[in-house]
Amino acid sequence: MHFRRRIVDKISGFWMVTTMVTILLMPVIIGVGLYIKAQPLFEHNSVWDLISSSDWSPSKGKFGFWPFIAGSLYVTIFSFLFAAPICLFAAIHLTQFSSKRLVQIMYPVIDVLAGLPSVIYGVWGILVIVPLVSNFLAPIFNTSSSGYSIFAGGIVLSVMCIPYMLNMLIEVFNTVPVGLKEAALSLGATQWESVKHVVIRKSYPGIISAFGLGIAKAFGETIAVMMVVGNSVMSSHNPFDAGYPLPALIANNYGEMMSIPMYDSALMFAALLLLVIILAINLVFRYFIHKTQKQ
Amino acid sequence: MNRLKQIEEKIFRIISGFAAYSLIAILIYIIAIIFIKGFNALSLDMITKTPQGGYYYGGEGGVLNAIVGSLYISIGATVIAVIIGAPAALYLNVHMIKLKRTQNTVRYLLDALWGIPSIVYGSFGFTLMLFLGMNASLLAGIITVALLVTPIMVRTFDEVLSTIPKGLHEASLALGSTRTETAYKVLFKQGFSGFITAILLSFGRGIGDAASVLFTAGYTDLIPVNLDEPAATLPLAIFFQLGSPIPEVRERAFASAAILTIIILIISLGARFLAKKYSKSNLK
Repeated sequence: MHFRRRIVDKISGFWMVTTMVTILLMPVIIGVGLYIKAQPLFEHNSVWDLISSSDWSPSKGKFGFWPFIAGSLYVTIFSFLFAAPICLFAAIHLTQFSSKRLVQIMYPVIDVLAGLPSVIYGVWGILVIVPLVSNFLAPIFNTSSSGYSIFAGGIVLSVMCIPYMLNMLIEVFNTVPVGLKEAALSLGATQWESVKHVVIRKSYPGIISAFGLGIAKAFGETIAVMMVVGNSVMSSHNPFDAGYPLPALIANNYGEMMSIPMYDSALMFAALLLLVIILAINLVFRYFIHKTQKQ
Repeated sequence: MNRLKQIEEKIFRIISGFAAYSLIAILIYIIAIIFIKGFNALSLDMITKTPQGGYYYGGEGGVLNAIVGSLYISIGATVIAVIIGAPAALYLNVHMIKLKRTQNTVRYLLDALWGIPSIVYGSFGFTLMLFLGMNASLLAGIITVALLVTPIMVRTFDEVLSTIPKGLHEASLALGSTRTETAYKVLFKQGFSGFITAILLSFGRGIGDAASVLFTAGYTDLIPVNLDEPAATLPLAIFFQLGSPIPEVRERAFASAAILTIIILIISLGARFLAKKYSKSNLK
């Protein structure tokens, strides 16, 4: 009996370690897998050329990723500009000003917003944002637009990032000791002043990290952006024109990638690029968040 | 001076309140739009029939193939995630309980892993599929989605396990149980609410994700019977139908979106309800 229990313990312990190590090695395995696939591409081009060149003609064997990286950056910056202020103020309201009841209502709201699949956001974008941009916003800025544009992509993406950033900001603000705020209030500061000078200043690294992680999330989002962004290489810097972000490039061309030589390597390189950029951002900012939580 | 302060206070309270309430408004707006558009074309046929001949030109049929395919893929992926993820989460909270630093590092890496976008998992799944000599199939889809949801599974389960008081763990060991018994008979039971949340969260993520199954699961009008057959998925069904120039087909994309939204709403709200229900019976 005793013997059997020890054997079971050994086997299960072994399985637990194996799963743990496998999960932790996953980014490395994914990176290596994608690198092996992208390998043929490096024989003719240097990595720097691939990233900085703008010449994209797969049939001639020329792969310049810059237009797509720029498209991704452009959409991401727009989404950040819309989402960041809303998240910051909503998080301040929920952690400092609001009643308990509103917080109770907000948690399921954030949950559902975070849980909605990106394709649903895409459908909503096509139904609401695209017409809004083409009929209403573009005329204000004196341009014409089909609506399928960088701007529309940015709006849809910002809504998708809000629950993600908001959750982290709420956690960050909750780690600020109540005593600090009370000290400010007892010195005669108004509520808002104590938020401005104490809460925000105290959680500065956390706020930056939450924003950084939100940007990383926006950078890798695929389907929703692809549905509203127009998917043609940017010809100007006008945000009301179509763009072509990196994830959309991968998702859109999977059908033809086996028919043109090196095309599959190029797309796997794009995936590898996404992985490296997003993992790097995540590792840096997660580090700050973990540090603030430990304090 | 004092008046200025009060005005500033007022303004920022209004701004921040507005930001908070606008989120509720956005959510209601999104769901209302999807439902209003979707319920026009939603019929019993949509959820009980597979696409018949000429479906993509406005003919008879429904998206049963995609609903079943999505369920198969996300159930399969969740099962794999449980087999891999639950032991890992327990290991983190039982065997590593003395190693605070290592624990924190592992959590940090898991969080970073959570941030990897699904298109990267999709591309990797595709490479893996070619490497193993498989075709786009149900099995390839399940494996890819399992990779995607396992970190979610571990981290969500771990979140609840880490709140379990250390005394409970020590009491179990003091009574002479092995660490495995402590893990599965004590911590697992105490953290059961977290386990349920983790399962539903993984399932919801699996059913809604499109980018990871785009390369790996393929698409078909039939309901898959074997693991090596391609499978349709609901998000891709929405995506493809929306690309059609025919209005009836587009209408059906909206109906499919309404179906998917209902499934996700049930899962998200169900997860909250069940987590509450099961954490009631916990030892305090």
